[in-house]
Amino acid sequence: MQELIQQVVSGLASGGIFASLALALVLIYNAMGLVNFAQGEMAMFATFIAYTLISHGLNYFIAFPLTLGLAFVGGVLIERVVIRPVERAPVLTLVIVTLGLATLINGAAGFFFGYTPNYFSSPFSTHTVNILGAFASYQDLSVIAVSAVVLLAIFLLLQRTTIGLTLRAAAHHPEASRLLGIRVSWMLALGWGLASAVGAVSGIMVAPILLLEPNMMQTIIIYAFAAAVLGGIDSPLGAVVGGLIVGVTVNLVGAYVVGGDLELAVALAIIVGVLVLKPNGLFGRAAVRIV
Amino acid sequence: MAPILEVRDLAVRFGGVVALDRVSFKVDEGQVVGLIGPNGAGKTTLFNIITRVYRPAAGTVVVDGKPVEKMAPHEVVRNGVARTFQNLALFRSMTVLDNVLVGDHIRTRSGWLEASVPLPWALSAEAASRKRALETLEFVGLSNLASHPVAVLPFGTQKRVELARALVSRPRLLLLDEPAGGISHEEVDGIARLLRRVHTELGMTMLLVEHHMGFVMGISDRVVVLDFGKKIAEGSPSEVQRNPVVIEAYLGAA
Repeated sequence: MQELIQQVVSGLASGGIFASLALALVLIYNAMGLVNFAQGEMAMFATFIAYTLISHGLNYFIAFPLTLGLAFVGGVLIERVVIRPVERAPVLTLVIVTLGLATLINGAAGFFFGYTPNYFSSPFSTHTVNILGAFASYQDLSVIAVSAVVLLAIFLLLQRTTIGLTLRAAAHHPEASRLLGIRVSWMLALGWGLASAVGAVSGIMVAPILLLEPNMMQTIIIYAFAAAVLGGIDSPLGAVVGGLIVGVTVNLVGAYVVGGDLELAVALAIIVGVLVLKPNGLFGRAAVRIV
Repeated sequence: MAPILEVRDLAVRFGGVVALDRVSFKVDEGQVVGLIGPNGAGKTTLFNIITRVYRPAAGTVVVDGKPVEKMAPHEVVRNGVARTFQNLALFRSMTVLDNVLVGDHIRTRSGWLEASVPLPWALSAEAASRKRALETLEFVGLSNLASHPVAVLPFGTQKRVELARALVSRPRLLLLDEPAGGISHEEVDGIARLLRRVHTELGMTMLLVEHHMGFVMGISDRVVVLDFGKKIAEGSPSEVQRNPVVIEAYLGAA
């Protein structure tokens, strides 16, 4: 029983990481109907920036928000420079552009930072604390706490502020939004900036668990896809719930059923299973077309 | 009185189809002008030019002294033009109140920082915005539905939500595309009463497209008639109703 609780807690910690990256995917999907395949690589690059800042002596707790700010600016720039010229292109064109972007960022990270894995130290110790008879590490608990804060901040931004309202309006009905005075194109850039910052959180959280190198996010993005698909690719709440479910499921199935090597296969099974049985996910809206 | 809207020699072509052919007319401040004509006469096209969805092939539209061709679509609203749509363009996943708040956002005028971080002065601006939105909902008779998701409401009620969303920005010119289209007889009377109040109580200048003749003639100060992209008549409702060219356009030659 005690071991089960521990597996659930560490599953929730990885779930928080998947949820952040899945939320980044959902933000861009909602803004332009596009799955951003470069999201993981963008997060990886931001993590390298955080690593560089910290290894130059900056305090972790200053480097973290600073990196999120830089990731936001980077996301806005990518939208303006790379996505804007193809904004109205068919979705397949956009998908290929994001795949190219993923390769480009991956190569750039290798060029600037090298392929040698770096140990990214976390300010939170891996020592454990006893909660109701089960042991959870400070690191896992801090990941859960940070993810919760970030997800709550995004929720409040989207649901409780004017900019969130116009962001949602622009995503749902670009034409009507334009006629209500919203600068839809800038809203897209803002969406990319937010997604980039939220994704960076997942990179910085996962780096101390894995090792930081250019391919670090390539399995994490699969889990994030699974989370987003399970939750419903257009639902921010779904991304969070999906992330937690995927984190806990993968951890439990990995620990008790298939073993650690097949954990990624569990994520892929979730993706296929959801798409076959419930394509809109848990919280997604069904696509309705009036003909 | 200065015209708030001036349409001058406007021409629009879609490929070989001439949707508007050198149309000119004016809307003076405080007036209600009806725009009528058989299907395909170019009424909605004209709205789409005024709100900068399309660009004209020739001619110009001047709103409050400024030509709209030089504006981006989002600037037209900031210049005081609001519209409703023939087939509704609401944000279906949002509540009634949120829909109206989107209409109000251009009035809050806050920058990105104020709009995203709950700073004290931004909070009071948002409270003021909510107050205006709720007052507008009360005006159109929907204050009890503010927190309802808009998608589940009947079509006629959704039309009122759209009207509230347009009204809340206090436009200088309100464009109404078939406000009585697709709703029941009782609702048509309700909408007519409501628009009359918009005119008398808020002093709003309106240009409306409508097929429902009783509705248009009852509310308009002046009526402009389009047929196959050309203006064929203009005048008071009674003049237009007696005009043989108009009768022929609607009923065919006797």
